[in-house]
Amino acid sequence: MHDVAAHAAHHAPPTSFIRKHVFSLDHKVIGKQYYALALVAAFVGMFLSWFMRIHLAWNDTAIPGLQLLSKTGAPGGVMTPEYYLQLMTMHGTIMVFFVLTTAPFAAFGNYFLPIQVGAEDMPFPHFNMMSFWVTFVAFLVLMSSFILGDGPTLGGWTQYAPLNAVGSVAGPGQGLGVVLWATSIGLFCVGQLLGSLNFITTTLDLRVKGMSLMRLPLTAWAWFITSCMGLTAFAVLMPACILVILDHVAGTSFFVASNLVINDQVQPHSGGSTLLWQHLFWFFGHPEVYIAIVPGLGIVSHILITNMRKPMLSHRTLIYSMGALAVLSYMVYGHHMFVSGMNPFSSLAFSFPTLVITIPSTIVVLVQVFSLYGSKLRINSASLFSLGFISMFVAGGVSGFFLAQPSIDIMLHATYFVVGHFHMVMGVAAMFGIFAGTYFWFPKMTGRMMNETLGKAHFWLSFVGAYCIFMPFHYLGLAGNVRRYSSFVDDFLQPLIPVHRFITVAALLTGAAQLIFLYNLIHSRFWGKLAPNDNPWEATSLEWSTATPPPFDNFGGKHPVVYHDPYQYGVQSSVGDYVMQTSPEQVKTESDEQ
Amino acid sequence: MATTVHEPPQIDPRRLPRQRQSGNGDWGNLRPSDGNVRVALEYSPPPSSTAIWVVLFAVTMMFAAFSSALIVRKGSSLDWQGFALPSILYFNTLVLIVSSLTLEVARRRVTTFMGGGIQVENPTRWLYVTLFLGLLFVAGQYVAWSQLRAEGLYLATNPSSSFFYLLTVTHALHVLGGLGGLLYVIRKLNRSALRRNQLVATARYWHFMGLLWVYLLLLLWMKL
Repeated sequence: MHDVAAHAAHHAPPTSFIRKHVFSLDHKVIGKQYYALALVAAFVGMFLSWFMRIHLAWNDTAIPGLQLLSKTGAPGGVMTPEYYLQLMTMHGTIMVFFVLTTAPFAAFGNYFLPIQVGAEDMPFPHFNMMSFWVTFVAFLVLMSSFILGDGPTLGGWTQYAPLNAVGSVAGPGQGLGVVLWATSIGLFCVGQLLGSLNFITTTLDLRVKGMSLMRLPLTAWAWFITSCMGLTAFAVLMPACILVILDHVAGTSFFVASNLVINDQVQPHSGGSTLLWQHLFWFFGHPEVYIAIVPGLGIVSHILITNMRKPMLSHRTLIYSMGALAVLSYMVYGHHMFVSGMNPFSSLAFSFPTLVITIPSTIVVLVQVFSLYGSKLRINSASLFSLGFISMFVAGGVSGFFLAQPSIDIMLHATYFVVGHFHMVMGVAAMFGIFAGTYFWFPKMTGRMMNETLGKAHFWLSFVGAYCIFMPFHYLGLAGNVRRYSSFVDDFLQPLIPVHRFITVAALLTGAAQLIFLYNLIHSRFWGKLAPNDNPWEATSLEWSTATPPPFDNFGGKHPVVYHDPYQYGVQSSVGDYVMQTSPEQVKTESDEQ
Repeated sequence: MATTVHEPPQIDPRRLPRQRQSGNGDWGNLRPSDGNVRVALEYSPPPSSTAIWVVLFAVTMMFAAFSSALIVRKGSSLDWQGFALPSILYFNTLVLIVSSLTLEVARRRVTTFMGGGIQVENPTRWLYVTLFLGLLFVAGQYVAWSQLRAEGLYLATNPSSSFFYLLTVTHALHVLGGLGGLLYVIRKLNRSALRRNQLVATARYWHFMGLLWVYLLLLLWMKL
């Protein structure tokens, strides 16, 4: 640790509007900027999914206004098969990168990691500011593909070769659209690398006195582990994007095989490796799943402990399990490539660690669930969404056992079974983690409480809705319903259309329920009930020991000293059944402190 | 009504400061903490010392990705046509290695100068020498690219030339970043505002660029 004043307070409080709210160096403002970006991206992604779902359920029905998005892609409001794929690609890209990575990691991490370790800011605030603005530009570049050229790329968020490298002959959006996609993702990688640099150095070097590594809250550990994963993963995806761009603009042949004929045209490229892209992409892609979910694991554990009023059964086990997830996530990426024609022995080599990675996942869930046993959980929006996170993580994770076996995966890989699996375990679970974090930290960020009634309504509608949407996906997959089809005209698929209609109605209603959240967020920000004090949840970590909202330097010129583990609940102290990390008061605990 | 009287807060004497157990900074504190800030100040690295390793790790991963792409691409096709590396690359290698040595001389002289020990005349001299050698390296790389272009080998001519340009240009851009770091150090030193860890971090980055280049040269020599 360093003298925080010497290292973090190297920039003075801003005075101009631009420095305060736009190009801010303050990690809290940057965290809020990331959150706002993720919020906008989430609603864009959600609207795209609505369009897709309506089209899947009622194929010939015109969607009013869709033609305004693309005259050629949706003439008369009815989308073409190509435009369906373009919207699908944008939905996946926006959600994975700009929502699931941005909100739980970059947004909450930026805001709370320095406070939880007791620092005044990140060690490199200019890099931190650049991190957000580069990410913002990346989002704009991606969105620009809606209006430039012949629309966004249609290659899916995985952008498989050779379609990602042959140009517009492969379909609308495969020329400029792919270049914009790769540029956007390359920029996004730069932004996240800059963020990871700050997160790692903040955790290792800016901890306040008394804050040993084992005294870090689980959230701080989760963000630290995630930043280590991001450092490795994004540093590989970025060069892959460079190679794709070069194949497009410089005429190189990294990814396009020889004598490839598309639309009766022999492609000018020669000898490239289509599998090379898959290796580079999935080396990033699988850790990305954990980059999205590990912050959620930390956030919901943090929230559940606060509401259970007792620590988890084993703090260390959770930390080690999250670390194991991070390490193993790099050893399993080949399970995304079981159908690529890889050697069966290679499949086995990737299948085994895929089954092994379920062990730390299971340990995390078991520790959470058994810790809940016998506790008098305070039921509020944050704790409900935390429980929902566990439910989704388990329900979606179970299908992962099936997909980990190459023989089963080959059958299910191209079906809705996989779509259901990753949407539950990675998408909805991570979203629930974001919601939980929002309800929990909102009072600290704004000084006001969110409306609990609306929050609980939001939870139950989202929880039931998510199951109604994504559980039937598993059934559809088992019934052989292929994914990435824009319509189901085959005889064996037509009986499944009513299931799609049910899913679409559920998706529309569940999406509408998110408007409750949006209303609650905006209304509470300006007119919500004032937080009763700086620590409305009676929590113990450092963010609750400072003013609300935290001052510019986080602790008002003071340097806190940490005396306790992060989760000293169920004790008798002068303030109640907990003792804050910064309190020098000695309390009797059931176990030795770290 | 019963009133609970709480004991006044007490400090456990076991938690009084002990040597090397601050629980702050770096990795060496997975053991219990005692909240001793003074010890923390003595044993914690400054953030830039940690940051430079983080940066070097990211750069390593990036070039590992390019290297594996080269190996996979070469092994998966029959269109690979090797070519002789321009001989100036070996001269450039020598220049970069010498620049590492001059930077090490500079680092020691500047450290001595900052420590106020022996009087050092013009402590920036060796930094300028390193800067010159770095620029010479980049210029030498440009000459190599020009020679290849003169032979008709462009970026898209063959996958071998694609990887040659890709690796050498990306490395040269990183070297330019290192030159920027050197300029930053010289400017700070001239203003008497240089911190030792800034110099150390820049030196580590520069030495790493040298190591990385030797690796890339070997890779290109073996695979092209």
